[in-house]
Amino acid sequence: MKVLVPVKRVIDYNVKPRVKMDGTGVDLANVKMSMNPFDEIAVEEAIRLKEKGVATEIIAVSIGEQKAQETLRTALAMGADRAILIVSETEVEPLGVAKLLAKIVEEEAPGLVILGKQAIDDDSNQTGQMLAALTGRPQGTFASKVEVEGDTVKVTREVDGGLETVSLKTPAIVTTDLRLNEPRYASLPNIMKAKSKPLVQKTPADYGVDVTPRLKTLKVSEPPKRSAGIKVADVDELVAKLKAMGVAA
Amino acid sequence: MKTLVWVEHEGGAIKDATLSAITAASKLGEVHLLVAGEGIGAVADAAAKIAGVGKVHVADGAAYGHALPENVAPLIVDLMGHHDAFLAPATANGKNIAPRVAALLDVMQISEILSVESEDSFTRPTYAGNAIATVQSSDAKKIITVRGTAFEKAAREGGSGTIEAVSGAGDAGLSSFVGAEISKSERPELTSAKIIVSGGRALQNSENFHSVIEPLADKLGAGVGASRAAVDAGYVPNDYQVGQTGKIVAPEVYIAVGISGAIQHLAGMKDSKTIIAINKDEDAPIFQVADIGLVADLFKAVPELTEKL
Ligand SMILES: Cc1cc2nc3c(=O)[nH]c(=O)nc-3n(C[C@H](O)[C@H](O)[C@H](O)COP(=O)(O)OP(=O)(O)OC[C@H]3O[C@@H](n4cnc5c(N)ncnc54)[C@H](O)[C@@H]3O)c2cc1C
Ligand SMILES: Nc1ncnc2c1ncn2[C@@H]1O[C@H](COP(=O)(O)O)[C@@H](O)[C@H]1O
Repeated sequence: MKVLVPVKRVIDYNVKPRVKMDGTGVDLANVKMSMNPFDEIAVEEAIRLKEKGVATEIIAVSIGEQKAQETLRTALAMGADRAILIVSETEVEPLGVAKLLAKIVEEEAPGLVILGKQAIDDDSNQTGQMLAALTGRPQGTFASKVEVEGDTVKVTREVDGGLETVSLKTPAIVTTDLRLNEPRYASLPNIMKAKSKPLVQKTPADYGVDVTPRLKTLKVSEPPKRSAGIKVADVDELVAKLKAMGVAA
Repeated sequence: MKTLVWVEHEGGAIKDATLSAITAASKLGEVHLLVAGEGIGAVADAAAKIAGVGKVHVADGAAYGHALPENVAPLIVDLMGHHDAFLAPATANGKNIAPRVAALLDVMQISEILSVESEDSFTRPTYAGNAIATVQSSDAKKIITVRGTAFEKAAREGGSGTIEAVSGAGDAGLSSFVGAEISKSERPELTSAKIIVSGGRALQNSENFHSVIEPLADKLGAGVGASRAAVDAGYVPNDYQVGQTGKIVAPEVYIAVGISGAIQHLAGMKDSKTIIAINKDEDAPIFQVADIGLVADLFKAVPELTEKL
């Protein structure tokens, strides 16, 4: 079966985001950008399914600026077979992304779509669930284990109290959690090879999808700042502080 | 405005995060609830007693037993015919269900709101809580998840809601529940604990985590949390993780032991009232947010602290 993996280009997770002075957003000029960490995990999972002979072809897709090509090349270098870039110079919200992905699902009929559980920039945690709704497919979100068995997929999920396992009829939608796997690094020869793998470019209009945002950002501000407090010299002083706070008798 | 809140319950008890979602809903208008599950008469009765609640819609049936979104979302979509906003707690289950409802209604969800600014605008955290966005929704209906730590809990008593049975389509036939491995603990649940002691990679292994962190937590009657590094390394189960992609906590006192203070960890705990950090590296970023810092080797300092309390 085919596996579709949506990958988003986001601020690198090691960079501390800075809010712009004018309150319109986060400053991304000259900031290192990378593939969303959860999407790396999704690509890795797809590759492992291919290595096991379960997946036959891996298609990576990204919606974003021209530069998202780099993110797709990374996916190709890791092991995806081909890529689709849907170019939009303005931000597309999860609902718009899910609608575009639903069109690709219609065209490509993948047995599994593996997304990240959350993009670390908008922290929305909704695209996968939305795609599942729009395609009428079951969803296994926050996956820490994915086992394809015939025409079902068993997904172990990270939930608030621990772990939960559900069984889904394929075709299905899965979103990754951190402990699903450890993504590989692309080797230099594979990075070179990725340059000649197919990458097609489309626009939202090609799919007839209206991606006009539904949410308007009125303002972006920094969270209330915490300032560093005091340092205590030893445990005795810490005990005294805790007692003064009423935390300990 | 009429709002519908999805009630999360476990073992017959309504979860605290739902009470916060109800408070958020009450800022928008009339509050109605949906209780879905199997054999949930008592939960429905408890829901009707929550202060400020109007109607309680109850869907009782095997298909609704494990909060499977494929079965629960259509129920909510039906009820949204006569509600203007849907709210769910931003818990694992709430996050699983709400976006499915949103897409079925062609609405862009507003995730993890921190405040209700008006009928259509809300604040929400982005970039691991480093940027707080105020967003305005142009959708006719609002689909919202609510960060529990940002709203007071509605009172469990004082309401007199009316109970109404709803029948839904039942099992969509797409998914089934196989099983769960739920951690059992006598300690307070992380998201409602008043004090939390969290351990990081520095604990080195599971034995140390249990022998160093837990006695301190027990002495303080505290919940126990962990950094991602400690969870990844298998010292403790996944449900201990605090952070951008783990649990969001805001206790009275948060004690971070051997945790460096990566932005992803801070995202989950920096709204705690008092933060205490114990770390042997005086330059660890955690000290930039800590109210009280102790630069020391945790293997010496924590047992000593536990003993002296
Ligand atoms: C997409 C993504 C999501 C993430 N989500 C989360 C999340 O939700 N929660 C989370 O916590 N992390 C998350 N992380 C991981 C995060 O970036 C850090 O890697 C992690 O928080 C580090 O854990 P730590 O502080 O325990 O380990 P380290 O960074 O290794 O810190 C260990 C600390 O212990 C101190 N130390 C060592 N020995 C001693 C000793 N004997 N006594 C006292 N101090 C000692 C060291 O000085 C150091 O500061 C995420 C990362 C990514 C990419
Ligand atoms: N612009 C995009 N392009 C490709 N994939 C995306 C995009 N936005 C979101 N996704 C996918 O949806 C997941 C969840 O994103 P979100 O719902 O925004 O938190 C991500 O981890 C990606 O797999």
